[in-house]
Amino acid sequence: MMKRIMCIIASLLVIASCLCPVAMAQPEKDYSHLKGTTINVYNWGEYISDGSEGSLDVNKEFEKRYGITVNYTNFESNENMYNKLISGGANYDVVIPSDYMIAKLAEEGLLAELDYENIPNHKYILDKYKGLYFDPDNKYCVPYTVGMVGLIYNTKMVDGTPDSWSIMWDERYAGKILIFNNPRDTFGIAQFLLGQSINTTDLKDWDAAIEKLKEQNPLVASYVMDEIFGKMENNEAAIAAYYAGDFLTMHDVNPDLAFCYPKEGVNFFVDAMCIPKNAQNKEAAELYINFMCEEEIAVANANYICYATPHALVLESDDYDLKGDPILYPDEANTPPTEIFENLDYETQQYMSMLWNELKIEGNSNIDAYVGLSASVVLVVVYMIYKFIKKKKREAYY
Amino acid sequence: MTKKTSLSSKLYTALVFIFLYAPIAVLILFSFNSGKSTSVFEGFSLYWYKELFNDAATLDAFKNSMIVAVASSIIATVMGTAAATAIFGYKNKLLKSSIMTVTNIPMMNPEIVTGISMMLLFVFVGSLFGKTGTLGFGTLIIAHTTFELPYVILNVLPKLRQTDPHLSEAAQDLGCTPFQAFFKVVLPAIMPGIISGLMMAFTLSVDDFIISYFVSGTSSQTLPIRIFSMTKRRVTPDMYALSTLIFLAILVLLVVSNLVSAHGDKKLSKKGGAKK
Amino acid sequence: MNQKSSLMTKLSGSPYIVWAVLFIIVPLCMVAYYAFTDKTGAFTIDNMAQISKYADTFILSIWLGLLATVICLVIAYPLAYIMASKGPEKQSTMTMLIMLPMWMNFLLRTYSWMTILEDNGLLTSALNSVVDFINNTAGLSLDPVHLINTRGAVVVGMVYNFLPYMILPIYTVMLKSDRSLVEAAQDLGGNRLDVFRNVTLPLSVPGIVSGFTMVFVPSVSTFYISQKLGGTGTILIGDIIETQFQTANNFNLGASLSFVLMILIFICLAVMNRFSDDDGGVII
Repeated sequence: MMKRIMCIIASLLVIASCLCPVAMAQPEKDYSHLKGTTINVYNWGEYISDGSEGSLDVNKEFEKRYGITVNYTNFESNENMYNKLISGGANYDVVIPSDYMIAKLAEEGLLAELDYENIPNHKYILDKYKGLYFDPDNKYCVPYTVGMVGLIYNTKMVDGTPDSWSIMWDERYAGKILIFNNPRDTFGIAQFLLGQSINTTDLKDWDAAIEKLKEQNPLVASYVMDEIFGKMENNEAAIAAYYAGDFLTMHDVNPDLAFCYPKEGVNFFVDAMCIPKNAQNKEAAELYINFMCEEEIAVANANYICYATPHALVLESDDYDLKGDPILYPDEANTPPTEIFENLDYETQQYMSMLWNELKIEGNSNIDAYVGLSASVVLVVVYMIYKFIKKKKREAYY
Repeated sequence: MTKKTSLSSKLYTALVFIFLYAPIAVLILFSFNSGKSTSVFEGFSLYWYKELFNDAATLDAFKNSMIVAVASSIIATVMGTAAATAIFGYKNKLLKSSIMTVTNIPMMNPEIVTGISMMLLFVFVGSLFGKTGTLGFGTLIIAHTTFELPYVILNVLPKLRQTDPHLSEAAQDLGCTPFQAFFKVVLPAIMPGIISGLMMAFTLSVDDFIISYFVSGTSSQTLPIRIFSMTKRRVTPDMYALSTLIFLAILVLLVVSNLVSAHGDKKLSKKGGAKK
Repeated sequence: MNQKSSLMTKLSGSPYIVWAVLFIIVPLCMVAYYAFTDKTGAFTIDNMAQISKYADTFILSIWLGLLATVICLVIAYPLAYIMASKGPEKQSTMTMLIMLPMWMNFLLRTYSWMTILEDNGLLTSALNSVVDFINNTAGLSLDPVHLINTRGAVVVGMVYNFLPYMILPIYTVMLKSDRSLVEAAQDLGGNRLDVFRNVTLPLSVPGIVSGFTMVFVPSVSTFYISQKLGGTGTILIGDIIETQFQTANNFNLGASLSFVLMILIFICLAVMNRFSDDDGGVII
């Protein structure tokens, strides 16, 4: 009997000693007062583990644990997100923009300072992704993913193994090329090819880049963002520039796809979680950000999104499927020259968006429209004159 | 001669209907796809129908759509019916024609302009009060009501013209208040117009994408907006499954109502015949 | 008594009048206001001056819209004619069948066209196997068919989505018009073509006009159809406007483009209405 009690006590002790450090490390704050509230999370498309195909439904998990409703919506580009944020039509509590957009938002005073006391998991973010230029004092953001842009191509449709952005100007692939539907990324490709900096403020450089892009325009099938998944997976396009992580997702579906980092250089980006100034539920937003940095959740997201992670525990986790993936984490020899987007000054931004508009509407022949429309105008006028004469004749007759 | 034309007309009708139904057939086909794709058919399965009921965001959007459609179509019908009676009663020609012109604007204007004009108004008013986050259910319902109103009015007005204006006077002579006269005499007479206006308003609301796209906020995603953001990346066949279900529901509803009305007509004509 | 009732009718109209002013007139004024101001709210005509850059886009949009409308008319007219000559039961079934597709979400229907027209899509692969067959048997070397990302695809999308809006008004007008007029014309010795030209066609003009409006306006201003089916070669004015509001964050330019679009459409509709007035005058 005694033995048995001793046994129980001993095992209890073991359990307690196991539990204690965990409990000590994470003093569970009381969040019960947030129960029943809502947070609006605004994220990129396909950028969270959403429960499909047996993955963990991160938002549902958060709702279950804290009783806070997550209102999750998507944007398709940084510009799209910025627009929604400043139009004042909607309030968001958590947004996940990229580097240059964070710099822009911070500069315009649109971001709230984070209370890192509420985000203890921030310590798991690798130091090399902290204090980058867009948030030098670590005030506004917690990195969510990092990555590089690269070239995706279909081995069945493309000859050889491309290693340069110049293949996107190859006429053999006319109508089979996809390009970003956002100005920074698209200009970036032309700028790497021209050997410019992607952050140049010399307007002449931008002129040169737009000339290059106009040259390419007739070959491009369409401007896409996440529509690219369907198009590349179904062999509708041969060549596309997109984010490395998304290539892995596509490759799972269509093994004919291949990837390379062009030698001219690629854009390196950091997407990070921020809280806008006009957030209505900041405390819950911080809780959400902290939750996203929990090991289990971060692993689920990293596995689902396939982007490289800035999270130290994920990189070591055995559950992480993409550990050491050569595309996401290339060794030094295989790392292309990279450049990060910086926030351009206002004048350059304006100039760039003007050129971007121009690119979209020019470079196409509208002869059919001119001919057709003038023919119809002539027809209408002739018909009206005919009617008029007939009427006059009839009046004369009566 | 007639046989020949009827054959060619049949062929023509068939061709047009094939054109109209081809994409829908594709849609229904892929809702039964066992794979994830909406362009490669891998095999028959009901997987996506099951998945649909686990897709909380889509079901939520569907619910939002229904709330907005019901609320806005009821508001539009009540206000539109009242407006139609008033317009019908106006003696002032200028007033009448100017109201009708304004009523026609939302129908003539491109939807994108209507949507934008509303959004600008809401955002502007919001900024006057220093408020952000003005877009939501409220603005969505206001916008939907606005573009539904003309359809309600244009459905009710012809019915008012058909009713005998003396009916209401007669009822009042017999001791009804104008209010009672309206509800007891005029309203039943114009009911078919009101109902078709309501139906039309509801349908337009459920199907509207463009206007909602500009005036909806964070928590008021309707089904079309959800579908839009899905077509921006990858449409999963569960969306197709949902539309197939909606399609079948409407089909059944229409067939039943057609049968009922056909049956009613027959009965009516029989009755009439018997009386004669 | 009478005064009371007229007071009631006046009152019953007032909520609508207030509503119409607040949510129809004022928003349009807002568009004009944004069109003629800059970001700070100061008066400017810069936005309007920029419009000339988009002249080509306007022309392309109007052209494709017009093309789609005319094709709709050509397809819809015979069908409406056939429908109107059928028995009542068949008529209601056919009306139902024409309205049914409108209940499917417009976005999904367009997306489904993408599946059909894609290079590996159903229609394209079918056509391409025919092309291959011809090439093999006749020894020709015809190019494979390419449908998606062309202007033709956009027009198909427009025709498909808006066809019911053309069929139904024409059909309704034909149904309402007096059949005895046709018979009278036949009795008076008109041959079929004469009867059609002088009686049936003029009588159906109001339906054509309203069908024209209901197809032309959404076709000109669409952005979804061109985004999905048009590729880079078919950027329409709707796309540009949408971009200004959704990503480029240039509400003022967007508003001025919408303003011009609205005016252009009203001009087109006014021209169209002149047609119907003329003809109406002739008939009566």
